[in-house]
Amino acid sequence: MRTLTGKRLALFLLLTPLLLYLFLLILLPHLEILNISLRERVSYGVYKFSLASYQEFFSEPLYWLTFLRTAVMSVLTTGITLVIAFPVAWYIAKVARGRSKSVLFLACLIPFWVSELVRTYGWMILLRETGIVSNLLQFIGVVDGPVELLYNDVTVMVGLVYTSMLFMVVPLVSTLEGLDDSMVEAAYDLGGNGWNALKEVVIPYAMPGIVSGCIVVFMLTLGNYLTPTLLGGKDSLWFTEQIFTQFITRFNWEQGSAFGILLLTLSSLMVWLGLKLSRQSFSETVGR
Amino acid sequence: MKLSTKVTSAAIAAGLAFSVSAQAEELRLLTWGGYAPQQVVDMFEKETGIEVKVTLSNNEDMISKLRATRGAGFDLAQPSQDRVASAQQEFRIYKPIDISKLDQSLYIQSMLKSTQESTSVNGKPYGVPHVWGTSGLIANTASGKTQYSFADLCSDDYKGKVSYRLKRPTLIAFAFDMGEDPFAAYGDPAKYEQILEKVQDRLISCKDNVKAYWSGGDALINLLRSGEVTLAMGWDAGGWKLNKEDKDINFVAPKSGALGWIDTFVLPAKGKNDDAAYKWINFVNRPEIAALITASAGQFTASAGADAFVEEGLSKSYKASFNQAALDNIKWYPPVPAGLETIEGKVLDRIKAAQ
Repeated sequence: MRTLTGKRLALFLLLTPLLLYLFLLILLPHLEILNISLRERVSYGVYKFSLASYQEFFSEPLYWLTFLRTAVMSVLTTGITLVIAFPVAWYIAKVARGRSKSVLFLACLIPFWVSELVRTYGWMILLRETGIVSNLLQFIGVVDGPVELLYNDVTVMVGLVYTSMLFMVVPLVSTLEGLDDSMVEAAYDLGGNGWNALKEVVIPYAMPGIVSGCIVVFMLTLGNYLTPTLLGGKDSLWFTEQIFTQFITRFNWEQGSAFGILLLTLSSLMVWLGLKLSRQSFSETVGR
Repeated sequence: MKLSTKVTSAAIAAGLAFSVSAQAEELRLLTWGGYAPQQVVDMFEKETGIEVKVTLSNNEDMISKLRATRGAGFDLAQPSQDRVASAQQEFRIYKPIDISKLDQSLYIQSMLKSTQESTSVNGKPYGVPHVWGTSGLIANTASGKTQYSFADLCSDDYKGKVSYRLKRPTLIAFAFDMGEDPFAAYGDPAKYEQILEKVQDRLISCKDNVKAYWSGGDALINLLRSGEVTLAMGWDAGGWKLNKEDKDINFVAPKSGALGWIDTFVLPAKGKNDDAAYKWINFVNRPEIAALITASAGQFTASAGADAFVEEGLSKSYKASFNQAALDNIKWYPPVPAGLETIEGKVLDRIKAAQ
């Protein structure tokens, strides 16, 4: 075997922390989870190999319906976040100049200085039946009695979009900043209107940013636990919550692990599908 | 002095300080909120020199934590008595209690004996009783209603004003209310499943009544205090706490009987300081210390003489909730056999998922 030259050795040494991190904290736990998910409890402390936990997911409508619901709401959240974040990102990247630009960017960032838990409780204080919004509406006279604004899907959606905003705005701003203004001007010169310029020039140019923002938001929403659980109340049903209950309150690590692996596989599949449909490649969007 | 000697002496001093702090004895306690008030922790440290590190938890979390480490990380834990034996059989996370190291005269004898029996595996006891209490109803009694049952949680009178925990006690409570005996069916999973399915249909049909499922005691107290909820299933201590602030709200024992639980002391399998653990167990069962814990947790203990030290307000609330008949009617949880949790889990999931 050849001895390592100085350069290669340095490369390996520099890579070691990353490789250790990937192996010890990402790969190893996932392999163990995969291992646990493939066994079935026979009696006290005795296990055998089985696919029962995976079968359970597909045979019990409750579980795959929960997954479906989680996935659909995550896609919806991603869409809404994109629609709201795009104009914001455009304004920050193209319209705002100098100081106001950084102020606007900071305004997007500041809510993320407090933890997600605190932000979610903030929403709860605002929206609960005896909360600020309910009292305000009664004070103005819009409603007669207290209104409950918490514990429904719309509230969950609002909370999720709010939590995801930053992760959409940042990649969009960084791609849009690279767009040469003269390209937009050229679109107008060639007789296009605002809509044509947006559709033919801006969006295709921003596509990598849009896709990478969407991937991040989708994955974060799908894996979110706090927001849907706290804001959704009695009807909140989120797949991560199922995983949590299987592990913690049911002591059913086998089922929980199977759900974890399924979540990983199915969400990766959905991202892959999204990339195919938008004709983008993973390395082009996230790698930039 | 040269720099190098300065550095060396500083390093030695730091090393000494470290070894001293490493030698100070500590007791890592995994317990419920209120069971180890700071005052008691300080008194214990003053008397024995042992520092108590408290981690707050609940039944499922305790078992999950100890299971993940195979019984390491804590020297003393406090799961409920019905959850000790099956967790021990399944995961081997505890070690047996040496009864001779306990000051047995401090206990309510019947409770000590029944806990030892229900937590025994292969003839060895694993649990000692500490705090006990009941689950029942917390109601705003302003309407003048005196007799309550768990079925009231489904009644139209409380539409949208109800809260309970989506956990096993709720299922058990409704089963009793519907005239079944779920405890008798513990040994017969098929029968148990049948009972729970009836409960499931019932709870789904009146899901509209529920404002929110509560998960922590504080969340429930907030819901009741603000008036957003007027009838809830909850622990007696929560009801008595509210009774102090608002005399209309109190804990009531329902017609089918309140559900009684006992939280125990158990020794995790890889605990490092058993001596300190026994010292703590004996310390907190002294009547005057037990009364301090009752004051902080709002819950009564297995210590025999503590009643005399309990503050007047609490014992008044207690008497309003329990007359002798209601006390005799308490249904104590028998040990849960492993496997039932899976059945319960599915039922709970289906209730949660129902629209």
